[in-house]
Amino acid sequence: MADSETQGPDYEEQHVHTVYEQIASHFSSTRYKPWPVVERFLKGLPDGAVGADVGCGNGKYLAVNPRVFIVGSDRSTNLIKIAKQHHPHSAVVADNLSLPHPNHSFDFAISIAVIHHLSTPARRIDAVKAILELLRPPFRDRKGGTGGRALIYVWALEQKDSRRGWDEGHQQDVMVPWVMKGKKEKAQKKGKALEQDMEYGGAKRGAEDKTFLRYYHLYRKGELESDVAEAGGEIVESGYEKDNWWAIVARKT
Amino acid sequence: MKLLTLNFLTCAIKTCKTQPASFPLHPRDAELEIVETDMNLPFLKNILPRLMWDELRTITSELGLPDLPPTPPTRSNLVEGGEKDAVAEEEEQEEVVEEPTQTAKDLHRILLETCIKEGKLVCGACGHEYKVMEGVANFLLPGHLV
Ligand SMILES: [Zn+2]
Repeated sequence: MADSETQGPDYEEQHVHTVYEQIASHFSSTRYKPWPVVERFLKGLPDGAVGADVGCGNGKYLAVNPRVFIVGSDRSTNLIKIAKQHHPHSAVVADNLSLPHPNHSFDFAISIAVIHHLSTPARRIDAVKAILELLRPPFRDRKGGTGGRALIYVWALEQKDSRRGWDEGHQQDVMVPWVMKGKKEKAQKKGKALEQDMEYGGAKRGAEDKTFLRYYHLYRKGELESDVAEAGGEIVESGYEKDNWWAIVARKT
Repeated sequence: MKLLTLNFLTCAIKTCKTQPASFPLHPRDAELEIVETDMNLPFLKNILPRLMWDELRTITSELGLPDLPPTPPTRSNLVEGGEKDAVAEEEEQEEVVEEPTQTAKDLHRILLETCIKEGKLVCGACGHEYKVMEGVANFLLPGHLV
């Protein structure tokens, strides 16, 4: 992990953003099933709700509920080019610590498998703050309005039954390989732009596998909740779902 | 990038966001394209209360598009024959197919089908320019502005 706060952005540029930009099409072809907690959150929104998907990747969650409007954002231009095809939604390239949205303007936000890529504790808390800033402040009306809610989802340290086998007491800052199969790489047929990106990434087409390493911070039990508190937010509901910790959060004021 | 997006975008620089002049962003040297998409009347009706109408009018006029009416349409203005009241709507939910008015079609065209393909979005407070390329707006800031 990054050893000082100032190294955070450069470290993430190398060990997160560059990797996603290179694996975009391959990554995208494997990301199509929404996690149940995310699906439930999105489908439970009132029609016409407006929200943000911070770190939307290929936009797989944009397809879940066409009766709401979501502005997705991601650092990877290649992923946004895929994400922007989901109507009626929108997608822009942005950093999750400098989001281009007016404060307090969204009914909801989601940030799924994103803030675990930030490499220092302060940056992870800032990422939660940035999400909370998007949300409308709490209010109560006759229709049962409550103010904005955000769903944050991160990878858990406690996942001893998973393929990775990590568990309590293990190292929390890890490099996780992404293997792009050489021969079976279907994405190569999809378009020239993407092919070029893979060449740029050093993948030999039709030949050997190429391994990319991505940085992750694995969350301990209770850590997400404590980051939310640190960021000035309130936990509405939280839990564990298949190797991940999640929390639905709101602003306090 | 569809114009509706601009209703929810501002400058990415933190100190700028709190200044009224940072919203809306102003398109400059914009090349527009029409990307056709299915008319979704319920969506249009629902998004209506969230539209910053005056700001959208500024944007469309800056883009040289036909003027939007001075006041925003109501939900009823969007449905041919007007909107049924809530009770009737609930009872007949399955049978009634609502037809969009010309107003609805125009709004759909402007907000959801008219897209900025190439150009810049300029912050009215700090003057920073965000590029739009191949329909993708890029809000990544250079290091010294973060
Ligand atoms: Zn600005």
